[in-house]
Amino acid sequence: MTTASFILRNALRNKRRATLSALSVAVSLFLFITLQVTLRELTIPPEDVGASLRIAVRNKVSLAQPLPFRQLQQIEKINGVEAITPFTYFGGLYRNESFTTFAQFAVDPVRFTNVFLEAKIADDHLEAWLKNRGSCLVGVDTIKRYNLEIGEKMLLSGTFYPVNLDMEIVGIYEGTFDDRNVFFHHKYLDEMTDDPGTVGTWWVRAGSAEVAPNVVHTINETFANTSAEVRAESERAFQMGFVSMWGNIQMLIDSICSAIVFTLLLVTVSTMSMAIRERFRELAILKAIGYRRHELLAFILAESLLLSLLGAVIGVGGAAWLFSTIDIQQLSSGMFVFFEVTNKMLGTAFLISLVLGVVAGIAPGWSVCRMSVVDGLKTLD
Amino acid sequence: MNLKSKVMNSIVEIRNLSKAYNQGEIQVTALDDIHLSIDSSDFLTLMGPSGSGKSTLLHIIAGIDRQTSGICKVQNIDLSNLNESALADWRNQNVGFIFQSFNLIPVLTAFENVELPLLLTRLGRKERKALVAAALELVGLEDRSHHLPKQLSGGQEQRVAIARALVTDPALVVADEPTGNLDSQSAQQVLEILQSLSNDAGKTVIMVTHDPKAAAFGKRIIQLEKGRFEKEEPLVS
Repeated sequence: MTTASFILRNALRNKRRATLSALSVAVSLFLFITLQVTLRELTIPPEDVGASLRIAVRNKVSLAQPLPFRQLQQIEKINGVEAITPFTYFGGLYRNESFTTFAQFAVDPVRFTNVFLEAKIADDHLEAWLKNRGSCLVGVDTIKRYNLEIGEKMLLSGTFYPVNLDMEIVGIYEGTFDDRNVFFHHKYLDEMTDDPGTVGTWWVRAGSAEVAPNVVHTINETFANTSAEVRAESERAFQMGFVSMWGNIQMLIDSICSAIVFTLLLVTVSTMSMAIRERFRELAILKAIGYRRHELLAFILAESLLLSLLGAVIGVGGAAWLFSTIDIQQLSSGMFVFFEVTNKMLGTAFLISLVLGVVAGIAPGWSVCRMSVVDGLKTLD
Repeated sequence: MNLKSKVMNSIVEIRNLSKAYNQGEIQVTALDDIHLSIDSSDFLTLMGPSGSGKSTLLHIIAGIDRQTSGICKVQNIDLSNLNESALADWRNQNVGFIFQSFNLIPVLTAFENVELPLLLTRLGRKERKALVAAALELVGLEDRSHHLPKQLSGGQEQRVAIARALVTDPALVVADEPTGNLDSQSAQQVLEILQSLSNDAGKTVIMVTHDPKAAAFGKRIIQLEKGRFEKEEPLVS
């Protein structure tokens, strides 16, 4: 027998309690990881390859206010602008669904491919899309999700716009961070709404990351004090603007996580205290036969840490495995594209379990250190 | 034997020993001005009614309790001068404990229970194994070494506890009501082992008991009453 095997036997002596203790840590840390990943996905959208170069231009008053089409030529002339496309959110419902499960945007197909360079489109698909004004390009994730095929109809019921779109799927794109969207001809939307003069937003690609801030500044300056003032910002800043609409979700989720950790701490301390109290006489015997206070404290801390870390391995490992295995898009009805457990989250969760193990072991360990052998032996009778 | 050689042979020397503790607001005197000398290889039995102080005296001699006043020297070491850590080391090397309730660790086998005190030494695995095997053989349980305590009878459990007490080869063995939970046959076996430890192995055995039959196995009996010696009966000259 070794000291390590002695600790292991003691930790697992009551298998049901040890299992339940480890599972309580596992479930709590699984929940902790899930909330942290959710928070991350909600507050820090993943960055595209070309995100650092892209600039979103919207109406300064609100995103819902359109911009005049005439701004196109003015923006194009600004130094540092490489490409620009109109980008108008349609927000239609597909197949009698009650909410929008993927976004649809009206764009200029030629200009679009110059702004979103990372989008991979087969040549024949792109050619078909460019030729056919009533066609659309669909992200590969949506194709898979709805089991769609080239040549099928894409019927969208308008929610923002009082029109329904009837389009033919002619192409598939992939390679962007969000391969769920549908893109179609802005001219088709113009025809259907009988409004050729406005767009929702402009998306611009700057020539380099260095000139991008200057391009943002110039676009804002150009339309200052006009009837349609704009707010140009980097793609990331634009996405974060959407995140702020969630309210202070970070505080909410952090509060829930704190409550989970605190409750877990109370449960673990209580369990460890009970487990050690039941063994006071054994620990008194160990003291009698020569084990010192610090050795007994080390035994108890090791047991506590063992159960806590075992729970962490199950809970955190389980979360990491599950989220890398499941189709989060399908499970979340398209709400999340990624659900990635980062190293920082893993580290935090294991740190929590470490602190938990130490704190849970300290209180009963300290009682054992203070206990005299004679008092410990009296608990026998 | 003259006085000088008697002092030289003495393993326990107690002078003016008193022990008092508070029970609520009342101060209780457990031991009152005790004088005692115990020789090597002695088998001393402490008897007396509950609360007479016999277990307290045993605990102080074994170094798991401290006196309020007076001197308790074991192997010429004044135990009150040792700090907690040094006292723990001293107990490990010099005292073997046997309790009424056996107090074996339920998740460890008989072999591992006996090995427990040796984990604190610098002995290697092979040396530990040899010592544990010898201790179990001494109590006649070599064939039960891989049994858990719950798979043993009460008498066998107590014999494992004796093996655990002996495995570090201590000079002093203290037994607190070792036969209190045993049937008469098992009690007889345990008492015979304790007797042979004193007679054959040269260990000093101090036993607390209520049972006059068990006390008769010792070489002398001390009766305690209200923390003082009532009478002493040498059974073996």
